[in-house]
Amino acid sequence: MKKSDPTPDATAFLNARLLDPASGKDEPGGLLVRGGVIADLGNHLRRNAPDGAAVIDCKGHVLCPGIIDMQVFTGEPGQEHRETLKTASQAAAAGGVTTIVVMPDTQPVIDQVALVDFIQRRARDNAVVNVHIMAAMTRGLNGQDMTEIGLLKRAGAIAFTNGKSSVGNTRVMHNVLLYAKDFGALIAHHTEDPHLIDGAVMNAGEVATRLGLPAVHKAAETIVLERDVRLVEITGGRYHAATISCAESLAVVRAAKARKLPVTCGISVNHLTLNENDIGPYRTFFRLRPPLRSEEDRAGMVRGIAAGDIDVIVSSHDPQDADVKRHPFAEAADGAIGLETLLAAALRVHHSGEVGLIPLLKAMTANPAKLLGLASGRLQKGAPADLIVVDLGLPWVVDKVQLKARSKNSPFDESKMQGRVLNTMVAGALVYQYAGMDRS
Amino acid sequence: MTTIHPATFVRRHLLTCEGLKAGEISALLDLADKAAEGNRQVIKKRDVLRGRTLINLFFEASTRTQSSFELAGKRLSADVMNMNVSTSSVAKGETLIDTAMTLNAMRPDILVVRHHAAGAVELLAQKVDCSVINAGDGAHQHPTQALLDALTIRRAKGRIAGLTVAICGDILHSRVARSNINVLNTMGARVRVVAPSTLLPAHTDRLGAEVFTDMNAGLEDADIVMMLRLQKERMQGSYVPSTREYFHFFGLDHEKLARAKPDALIMHPGPMNRGVEIASTIADHSRSVIREQVEMGVAVRMAVLEAMARQLPNH
Repeated sequence: MKKSDPTPDATAFLNARLLDPASGKDEPGGLLVRGGVIADLGNHLRRNAPDGAAVIDCKGHVLCPGIIDMQVFTGEPGQEHRETLKTASQAAAAGGVTTIVVMPDTQPVIDQVALVDFIQRRARDNAVVNVHIMAAMTRGLNGQDMTEIGLLKRAGAIAFTNGKSSVGNTRVMHNVLLYAKDFGALIAHHTEDPHLIDGAVMNAGEVATRLGLPAVHKAAETIVLERDVRLVEITGGRYHAATISCAESLAVVRAAKARKLPVTCGISVNHLTLNENDIGPYRTFFRLRPPLRSEEDRAGMVRGIAAGDIDVIVSSHDPQDADVKRHPFAEAADGAIGLETLLAAALRVHHSGEVGLIPLLKAMTANPAKLLGLASGRLQKGAPADLIVVDLGLPWVVDKVQLKARSKNSPFDESKMQGRVLNTMVAGALVYQYAGMDRS
Repeated sequence: MTTIHPATFVRRHLLTCEGLKAGEISALLDLADKAAEGNRQVIKKRDVLRGRTLINLFFEASTRTQSSFELAGKRLSADVMNMNVSTSSVAKGETLIDTAMTLNAMRPDILVVRHHAAGAVELLAQKVDCSVINAGDGAHQHPTQALLDALTIRRAKGRIAGLTVAICGDILHSRVARSNINVLNTMGARVRVVAPSTLLPAHTDRLGAEVFTDMNAGLEDADIVMMLRLQKERMQGSYVPSTREYFHFFGLDHEKLARAKPDALIMHPGPMNRGVEIASTIADHSRSVIREQVEMGVAVRMAVLEAMARQLPNH
């Protein structure tokens, strides 16, 4: 990691392709950063930097808001051997992610004000990108007892979740949505029926049948989502389906939106770019929650992004070490890392011609910013200078050894990518510069 | 000594029946036929595997498969060691890879492995230098069972191609069913599966089997009725409501058997639950070849070991 020290007061990005997903603007120009915020931008700054400003020549590459990843699991506190806030933030910076929202699935669970304070302090001291906290909505993620949503929100929790599990108890879910509404708190929920998925490690279908693995029908996801939408209707609580993965779920979200309910949804980049066939001969790095679906479902999800029906793309970065991944598939842990490959993987559906650059980037910048109430995620005077320069065409090969994340469980290891972050700036400070691939 | 054409079965491991070619299967069955003949002689021992070490590594309890492999190894003069690994610890997978590395250091020639998790044997095969035979992994595959079933059918019927085989029972959790669907399809049989919908995995038809949930219809004109074992823990309400109801609709009795061809064979991989999936009198029926299956088990395993011995390094 390379910090520009001493940080000059001003930085000028020249010769850029200014791309603002929030407004849809895509035009050549320049951008001036001063005091950690965007001071000015436009065509008049394309070639001229003010005196004293550090200059970054974008060489015509894209300059856009940094990515906001609203689903990141770390191991801090409790599982630091998997990932710390520091290592996660370094991976984020290298992937063009300027804001991470960390999940409460830690040891202990982030379900109290003191733990929110702890994360904030650790992040302030160690992280190179912005860190926000999604706190637990039930104590210890037990799915039963509501946490202090009001106090947690006041302490800085940006949203609430039950982590990797769904709240199976409908009354608890009802009350959480109802109570959270009074505080304007967003509930981001993992949607998989806990009873249906019990023991299942794969999507039900031909692949699982051939492999002889316990599998669950994708309806396990839609069932919970349908219930939740009904609860949103009677409570008015703000609801975000964290990671949907099949067309049926998308239809439920679409219908809810059509009825003007405060419902949004996200998807992990894995479900946008991989399918169940990638599991091949029991490759545990492809064991995810929700499980990877069929190619048909994946393609449907891509159309959902293109149409703007899916609001958010996340990495669902979930570091797991070899000790829990080098097992028979049914006994391995779920999860894959993804911070550093999020943008490059997402660009696959752009390069394939399926999704425009604006809707794709919007799902990783402006949309999550709006959901979470962040001032970043847009190219606008006065907005935080969380910026990335992206070479959309740069080819590279993922090499787990070179990934910054502490755990190496990447499903994209050895994959060819096209598109890479060249510079990452957080609040006016340069936190990452691409130095080319290490061929050693 | 019998010889087979070197091109007919030249695999280092036997992990799955998916992808086995008809020629490979026929070669193994031919070899097994000869082994079966030898097994009926007074002197049963040959020296095909003399000096070789065979380790039976069973992470899941098994009496018949393990003893069948043990006997097969001994009849070919291998040094046979049985290892039963407790799976009670939480870190089962770690035990698996650690055990694999430890055993590998003892330089066995062939490892026979059974594990409760699908894919575990394949994972282990990636970590060791010797040949590995899958003796059953979760609900995935049990290749030697399907081969011994094919041999039993071929000996009794003179052929496999064109026969209608009905595999009945818990298809969902059955590695025997999956391996049999593969082998029988490859050998040209028409495969049916018969089960209640709760015991059928998704898209079984795409594996090459016609699916029936009505046993009477599924047995219509069948040449072979292959029954599967129903695990006790699955009979009490989670998959089927009761043993009684299961036997009523899916247990093989005289009435249902009458739907099959008059000369239909009755098979079961064992161990049987008499009165659950098969009526006791049917199990002992004159057309039951269940005991023959056990005999052919040893022969097929000898054939697999013998074919594999040809691939073992000689230094």
